[in-house]
Amino acid sequence: MRIERRLWQPRWLVVAVPAVSLVFGFFASGIVLLATGHDPLSSYRQLFDAAFLSNGALGQTLVSATPLAFTGLAAAAAFRMRLFNIGAEGQLYMGAITGAAAGLYFGGRGGPSAFAIAAMVVAGCAGGALWALIPGILRAFFRTNEIITSLMLNYVAGYVLTYLIFNTESYWRQTKGFNATVFPTGKPLPPSAVWPAATLHSQGGIALPLGAGLAVLAAAVVWALYSRTRFGFEAQVLGDSPRAARYAGMRTRRKILAVMGISGAIAGLGGASQVGDFSHALDGDPNGLQKQFYGYTGIVVAALARYNPFAVVVVAFLIGGLENAGNTLQGADFPSGLVGVMKGVILFSALGGELLVRYRVRFGRRGAKAAAEPA
Amino acid sequence: MNNSLLVILIASGIGYGTPLLFGALGELLAERSGVLNLGVEGMMLVGAVMGFWAVQRIHANTGLTLAAAVGVAALAGAAMALIHAFLVITLRASQIVSGLALTIFAGAAGLSSYLGNDLNLAGNPARVTFHAVFSSHLQNLPVVGPIVFGQNVLVYASWLCVVLVSLYLSRTRPGLNVRAVGESPAAADAMGIDVVAYRYAHTLVGGAFAGVAGATFTLAITPQWVDNITGGAGWIAIALVIFAFWRPVLCLVGAYFFGALQSLSPTLQARNITLGPTELWTNAMPYLMTIVVLVVVSMSGARRRLGAPASLGAPYLREER
Repeated sequence: MRIERRLWQPRWLVVAVPAVSLVFGFFASGIVLLATGHDPLSSYRQLFDAAFLSNGALGQTLVSATPLAFTGLAAAAAFRMRLFNIGAEGQLYMGAITGAAAGLYFGGRGGPSAFAIAAMVVAGCAGGALWALIPGILRAFFRTNEIITSLMLNYVAGYVLTYLIFNTESYWRQTKGFNATVFPTGKPLPPSAVWPAATLHSQGGIALPLGAGLAVLAAAVVWALYSRTRFGFEAQVLGDSPRAARYAGMRTRRKILAVMGISGAIAGLGGASQVGDFSHALDGDPNGLQKQFYGYTGIVVAALARYNPFAVVVVAFLIGGLENAGNTLQGADFPSGLVGVMKGVILFSALGGELLVRYRVRFGRRGAKAAAEPA
Repeated sequence: MNNSLLVILIASGIGYGTPLLFGALGELLAERSGVLNLGVEGMMLVGAVMGFWAVQRIHANTGLTLAAAVGVAALAGAAMALIHAFLVITLRASQIVSGLALTIFAGAAGLSSYLGNDLNLAGNPARVTFHAVFSSHLQNLPVVGPIVFGQNVLVYASWLCVVLVSLYLSRTRPGLNVRAVGESPAAADAMGIDVVAYRYAHTLVGGAFAGVAGATFTLAITPQWVDNITGGAGWIAIALVIFAFWRPVLCLVGAYFFGALQSLSPTLQARNITLGPTELWTNAMPYLMTIVVLVVVSMSGARRRLGAPASLGAPYLREER
């Protein structure tokens, strides 16, 4: 058996590999279920019910899918340039903090609702972008590996988030009322800063949150940026071959900063959407927002979508369904942790499948090579 | 004297630092062979749950049970590392994404919590645990008592591991080969060193160390099983390898320093001392310091002198060198 690099990648494989990965993920997790004495078929039926079919399920799936679309896009935007920003988690927290601050400040001033919401969007983007610029600047000016620095900053952001609500009487913390003395919570947003949702199906409880719309918009922007502008082209060249890009006179540092900024801004927008769309207060509980691991799951989403922005939105919806089912189902047929196992196996098989996209596996001896080469 | 802040901090720093040390030693071995494994947290958690399971189910005398549990944890960690090794060494997948996938697969809300819940491990304390081995007379000696004699077997085992790993890397033929594989796999290959075998072996041993690190939590530090019991220690272990410039002995120093930072906040609280937002800075400090060290390491020229393996993170393809 020999493995050799493909000169061009067949289109159908690009779609087939993620699809087969999903199927294989279910298959392998089914083996885990069988091995531990559960009935996989009944587990999966419950999973699909809870994710997509039952009453209100689609609405909840949209709630889980929205942050994943943002973090998936954030990862896709950076990974395309081979900038491994795995700090979407922390950038999302920072976006939530700045977005909540803007909502609390502008929402309480009696201005129009649209203004408060726009301020939250801008603040969320800015917060995420600034946090992502820390590893960006270190990478651009000191050539520090952005993988570890962005990862480390996730934890720092998490501790800051918890600190703001639990260990200090900050601007974000609810200090009035009986509950505030029992358990620390975030200050609720004024009504004018709460993001609207478009009701799609009132009886089924399906509403499209503003954040989901913004995520689709962000996907379109990322797609246009990478496939329709010089900036995107240069960023991809830099990712594929930094040396070629330097010879062509492309500005490496600026591009690193810009791409990290864009990636962080998208993740930060996801954080603002968490506050504006769903929690309506800054969630500093270590077992709340921080237990969802949206940033890390976003990397699963982006890898499965092969860093294509529109595919990210679709995959986010599917994985969102999985997450939603994992949150609602708990019981004999559905052991906790199953969703994590499935996400992991799906990502493993997508990663292994990359080999088939990039390389050709050939059986037999060298002599067969010339005959099989399509000119 | 044994109640002074410094003695308490050092003694508890060693206790909390031991899982960090085990995890970092394993990651160091993998990274020295050129494989970056970001799945330490996941491997630790699976080691934690399987080690705890073994202690609850194996009914032998105390020493044998604990030894078997540590063995089971090491095997579980190595099994997790095998997935990563297969993906990145044989299938040439991205080491970063694969390592993260391993943490998602095995970690909190993944396989470790699946196993823990499915094997009904929550809610019961460990049947047998690691205790301090020396007599209370020795433990009450000033200063050295709590620090040197107040520890459990795992701590002493970790000291032995530091010595062994250090000697292995600097004084033995296979150790030299590993370093060659991590620095320049093409040159190592030309010398007749089996790059693939070395990378597999060290990634697996790294996983075994991470498994033992996890068992340190469930068998010694907090002898019970709860979901996500390591609470991010795996990531600190990865940071520690960089912090220690890829050197085993410095791993020990760093592990105890980070361990002491972890115990600083409750210790200060118990004495009613406040130094600003203690919780925040003691928790965030290991991560921030690692970033600073990374920046220093990546400044021009320093990288090679300080020991980062040159081929860390890069797959080796014989036909594309």
